[in-house]
Amino acid sequence: MADAVSGPTGGLVVHAEGLGKAFGRAVVLRDLTVSVTAGEVVALFGPNGAGKSTLLRLLATLMNPTAGFLRLFGDAGSSLEVRRRIGLVAHQSFLYPDLTARENLLFYAGMYGLEDAETRADAWLERVALADARARPVRLFSRGMEQRLALARALLHDPELILLDEPWSGLDAASADWLDGLLLELRSRRRTVVVATHDFQRGLGVATRALIIHRGRLAWETPIASDALVTVDAMYRQITGAVAA
Amino acid sequence: MSGAWRILHKDLVLELRTREALSGLVVLMLLILLTFTFALAPEGAAAAAPAVQWVTFVFAGLMAVQRAFLVERENGAWYGLLLCPIDRGAIFVAKMASNVIVLGAAQVVLLALLALFLGVPVPVAPLALVLVNLLGLIGFSALATLFAAISVRLRAREMMLPLLVLPLLVPLVICAVEASRITMAGGTLASAGAWVRVLATFDVIFSVAGWMVFEQLVQE
Amino acid sequence: MSVHRRLAPFADRVLPWAASGAMFAALWSVFLYVPNERTMGPVQRIFYFHVNCWWAAYLGFFVAAGASGLYLWRGRSEHDWLARAAVEVGMLFCTIGLVTGPIWARPIWGTWWTWDPRLTMAVILWTIFSVYLVLRSSVRDDPEITRYAAVLAVVGVLDIPLIMISVRLWRGIHPSVISAPASKGGLEDPRMVVALLVTMVAFALLFAWLLWLRYEGLRLRDALHRVEDQMGEVAR
Repeated sequence: MADAVSGPTGGLVVHAEGLGKAFGRAVVLRDLTVSVTAGEVVALFGPNGAGKSTLLRLLATLMNPTAGFLRLFGDAGSSLEVRRRIGLVAHQSFLYPDLTARENLLFYAGMYGLEDAETRADAWLERVALADARARPVRLFSRGMEQRLALARALLHDPELILLDEPWSGLDAASADWLDGLLLELRSRRRTVVVATHDFQRGLGVATRALIIHRGRLAWETPIASDALVTVDAMYRQITGAVAA
Repeated sequence: MSGAWRILHKDLVLELRTREALSGLVVLMLLILLTFTFALAPEGAAAAAPAVQWVTFVFAGLMAVQRAFLVERENGAWYGLLLCPIDRGAIFVAKMASNVIVLGAAQVVLLALLALFLGVPVPVAPLALVLVNLLGLIGFSALATLFAAISVRLRAREMMLPLLVLPLLVPLVICAVEASRITMAGGTLASAGAWVRVLATFDVIFSVAGWMVFEQLVQE
Repeated sequence: MSVHRRLAPFADRVLPWAASGAMFAALWSVFLYVPNERTMGPVQRIFYFHVNCWWAAYLGFFVAAGASGLYLWRGRSEHDWLARAAVEVGMLFCTIGLVTGPIWARPIWGTWWTWDPRLTMAVILWTIFSVYLVLRSSVRDDPEITRYAAVLAVVGVLDIPLIMISVRLWRGIHPSVISAPASKGGLEDPRMVVALLVTMVAFALLFAWLLWLRYEGLRLRDALHRVEDQMGEVAR
């Protein structure tokens, strides 16, 4: 934890110290200290209401902390530069229902200033198996299709930090397996991933580190070993007194 | 500002595709205009034509401006915008421009309706009248867009937007009506000079203020 | 906040006495010391309270706008407390001003209300900041609402010069008391000037004291909440 803040090339992607977030009187996160280096895949576990989604939104710069501090990419340049390097997949898809799949991707590609917008959009539509639905308005998509398009939207600009909030929910088994593969590929390309999930098996399958968030605090963390599933499961029950997902 | 242009373009595409905003707005303006005509009797309404025009415009406009932000509510698209590496002021510019376009189109129809129903004659030098209407349109859009961003997030949003905007709009209403009165009767821009200057100042101040304050406004 | 700490001993101990004492002095000067005004008679005594209400209201609103601007820029709660307190105190004086105005106007001009620029301006300001209060009373402790209210205060004060100019272009009959020559109802007796100064000081102290009280109220409420939350944490 005594690491100095590093520059934009590798090193500490996330550095949070005493991080806290309160909405008026409701304190959702408190005293969170964690550092994430480039290439790590961090799985966030915790019961509903523990603060996982809030933490992801803080990391995505969608919110300002109310306590402590947060440094992303060693505070590289302006907040615009930081945002350019982040991708977020949340519960909501951030897609416009009356635009087609392709139009949505082209819009975001433009907003991120991507020069080869059309090529990228088409490539991603292929990757998420939505090429056939490219001209269909998102309003007509199934939940699984919308989720896959949201992934494409978030990864379109090749972010260095990818944040995912319950990405496997709403996906069928085949799509979920595909997502596992995608995350492992991101990991092999030294992208940093933070994924909040209830799915222990899949979460631990891709992660290099696991964190348990309970009542807004970081309750436990561990690197992932081979018997990780058993260890983390037992620890989760002990901390939360609940049955794991 | 390319971000602003992209957002505006996206909004215009959406509006053309769904055609929700403009048609409802025009009908609402017609209905308010008719209400005035029945309340004041056609002669009374004609005599008060500038006032009738701007009151109609303001109340119908207040209904319409929230839509610019409501389109971002579905699927949390608003957060998608906040994630983008753009200056947040660009969002304000785009939404204000969107409102200017939609309200401007409606305003043209309103003026036509005024001419039709109240027999307001088209002035010999229409440019002055056009400019006055444009200035009023821009000022209203700036203020209403800024507070629409606020009111969409409040529970009592239909009530709160008029409460927030109407007191601040007083200078615009006063000057737009007086300047309209002069230019509708065929007066030149110079004769409406004082009113026009205040209108222009209003436009500049609130466009800039909205753009500058938007970043702080939307960051949670 | 170190400014707060430096002011606190004076504000807590001296200010209440100073403000009360000054108000008594003001009452004495207005009701016992000053003579009747020649043309308007005893009713004119309202003027000393009425005019002070106005600048106190304006002061409150300008302080609110400044504090709101600081809050939007820095996000520190102290600025929000100051803004909110300033609006509340400003509204208090604004309301009193709007009530005393007609009471004075009726016997003098024969009508309860006139659309002269200053009165019109006052009503508009009153509505702007009453919406501020509506906004803040609707939900408690919501940081979003706090930000929105701050924007309203800043934009509201930005609008003031525009309102003034446009309303003045629109109308104008308010008698100009201080600068007008004696025959038109100015302050012809030096005792009136004294009374005016005494009441100005009294209102300034009263304004400061009320602002302080309300600010402290908000600050202490926040501290109380913080303690309650900490105790809740410990209990778990």
